[in-house]
Amino acid sequence: MAIQNIIKPENLVYTKSKILTDIPMHYCPGCSHGVVNKLMAEVIEEMGIQEDVIGVAPVGCAVFIYKFLDIDFQQAAHGRAPAVATAIKRLMPNKYVFTYQGDGDLAAIGTAETIHACNRGENILIIYINNGIYGMTGGQMAPTTIDGMKTATCPYGRNNEVNGYPLNITNLLAILEGTCYVTRQSVHNAGSVRKTKQAILKGFKNSMLGKGTSVIEVVSTCNSGWKMTPEQANNWMVENMFPVYPMGDLKDL
Amino acid sequence: MAKIKGAIVVNTERCKACNLCVVACPKDVIALSKEVNDKGYNFAYMQNEDACVGCAACAYVCPDACITVYKVKVEE
Amino acid sequence: MSEEIKLMKGNEAIAHAAIRCGCDGYFGYPITPQSEIMETLMEEEPWKTTGMVVLQAESEVGAINMVYGGAGSGKKVMTSSSSPGISLKQEGISYIAGADLPCLIVNVMRGGPGLGTIQPSQADYFQAVKGGGHGDYQQIVLAPASVQEMADFTVLGFELAFKYLNPVMILADGIIGQMMEKVSLPLFQKRMTDEEIKEKYPWAAYGKPSHRKPNVISSLEIESVEMEKRNQRFQAKYRKIEENEVRFEELECQDAEYMLVAFGTSARVCQKTVELAREQGIKLGLIRPITLWPFPKNEIAKYTSQVKCFFSIEMNAGQMVEDVRLAVNGKTEVAYYGRMGGIVPSPDEVIEFVKTKMV
Repeated sequence: MAIQNIIKPENLVYTKSKILTDIPMHYCPGCSHGVVNKLMAEVIEEMGIQEDVIGVAPVGCAVFIYKFLDIDFQQAAHGRAPAVATAIKRLMPNKYVFTYQGDGDLAAIGTAETIHACNRGENILIIYINNGIYGMTGGQMAPTTIDGMKTATCPYGRNNEVNGYPLNITNLLAILEGTCYVTRQSVHNAGSVRKTKQAILKGFKNSMLGKGTSVIEVVSTCNSGWKMTPEQANNWMVENMFPVYPMGDLKDL
Repeated sequence: MAKIKGAIVVNTERCKACNLCVVACPKDVIALSKEVNDKGYNFAYMQNEDACVGCAACAYVCPDACITVYKVKVEE
Repeated sequence: MSEEIKLMKGNEAIAHAAIRCGCDGYFGYPITPQSEIMETLMEEEPWKTTGMVVLQAESEVGAINMVYGGAGSGKKVMTSSSSPGISLKQEGISYIAGADLPCLIVNVMRGGPGLGTIQPSQADYFQAVKGGGHGDYQQIVLAPASVQEMADFTVLGFELAFKYLNPVMILADGIIGQMMEKVSLPLFQKRMTDEEIKEKYPWAAYGKPSHRKPNVISSLEIESVEMEKRNQRFQAKYRKIEENEVRFEELECQDAEYMLVAFGTSARVCQKTVELAREQGIKLGLIRPITLWPFPKNEIAKYTSQVKCFFSIEMNAGQMVEDVRLAVNGKTEVAYYGRMGGIVPSPDEVIEFVKTKMV
């Protein structure tokens, strides 16, 4: 069958969401952020909530997420997104409010804001990208850097005696009364991408049910920071990150 | 017997040649081209058109939303 | 409608005025000597009447970032704290100024540095008027000297914040916050509906309808040329505020040979000082800046030819005196007298100091 006969509107099975703008994403080639940004756009489009969603952008690699999603945004100071989102949701309870944060933002400088927003059970969705490294500032140690992993500020590998332990903040958030849905996902293959999309959909829906905070950790790659190809980074993640940050739901009320 | 035929269209200017679609494709349809786009990336393309079943695995994993997927059922 | 006069603390007056003027949200963290603001709000439960949100945050940092989020939604939001807590809020205030957002911040000052003392002080003058956070920005600073002004400036503060899309600070001290006086509370104003906000503040991030581009609340601009333009726009706004919003009060200035300059609690002390001085035949006047930024520099400069010495009377080591000197610009003498550590100067002390400078 000639290819022109396949490429027809009626045969379309997948295309870029309209919520994703035409501005090229600034992420490095192969970065997990791109996939998750794309999934946010797809879910917002499919739920038809463009007019009712407000995103809160972090400081870090995803700082410009507001250029890529065609929705209203507030750009928060480093780590403060859950506090910003708290007020937006409390003042406009009929809106869908989400934060999009990296591991440095959420699990280091913003630990207090994160834990307390979750503990208050704010009806928001928190998207948490954990790639175990500070990408934007050039590959320094993150709170989630795993033992032995080399970064610019632990060049000989993370050493518990010097650097402490990787912080599994998602496990902490799952035990809080205020969270209703806590899950750990990834986006390294088609199956995991589909699952993460379903998780985002559930998280958004939860925020209108008054059940509390939904947290989705996406264990991700930073191939530039890890100094690998995108494919190697995916494999390295599965082999080394997944044992420390295992996939699956930690809580689903 | 019905057979599934698929095809992809790559937004070559958005593509960053990360190669993840090539890895994700179960039918070895996709390769990176020798040509480059305006940013100098060897964009992805369908090297083996006939093998595509339109599963969209490439499009799911694409971090830059470059891939549009079509699929049709063909009676033989 | 007859005027409603009540007896209450300055801190309580702020809480009642906030509810009455249609405030949408208060976000705070307890700290002495201003905790009555949130306590009063929690007791009043305005979410049951006006729909106002009141939330005790996890920290001052959390609270100011909640204010950022609320302000970015086009809502009338505020926070309050005291000196050490205000230090923690500086990052957020800088972001709010950098994103052109309106909000009200109350600082009921106590003595510092560090944990310092819970006693009243005016030692955060520099922090408030010279920009406590990073970057070139200004906030409008209102200095109340009575419980009445605590209520009035809550209303005025929001008006100015929305007029200029800029943070406004009420800079009070522990005495103004804690003392009880009679106060006439403002009339009730309805909170704006979401529809009214969309109409009046089209820049707010309330959710993007299909007909417009996304509204993005942000202080970030990577391009230097664009960032400079943004800075120039801020500066133009600040010049406009300096032109239009200077507020001050004069007492016995007309024939004054000696002039006190004081704000807040020290202005109350100076009011008595002027009275005592006049009884002793000393031609003493008082200029009370109500806006500390913009500072009434021209209004002070007006008196340089008639006044032999200006006295900046402060509850700190001499901060406002720098602005008085800039206003006077060497044309006559400027002296400072003040107490620190939570001590309020007495009228007698002030008058004795004035006498040491008399020729």
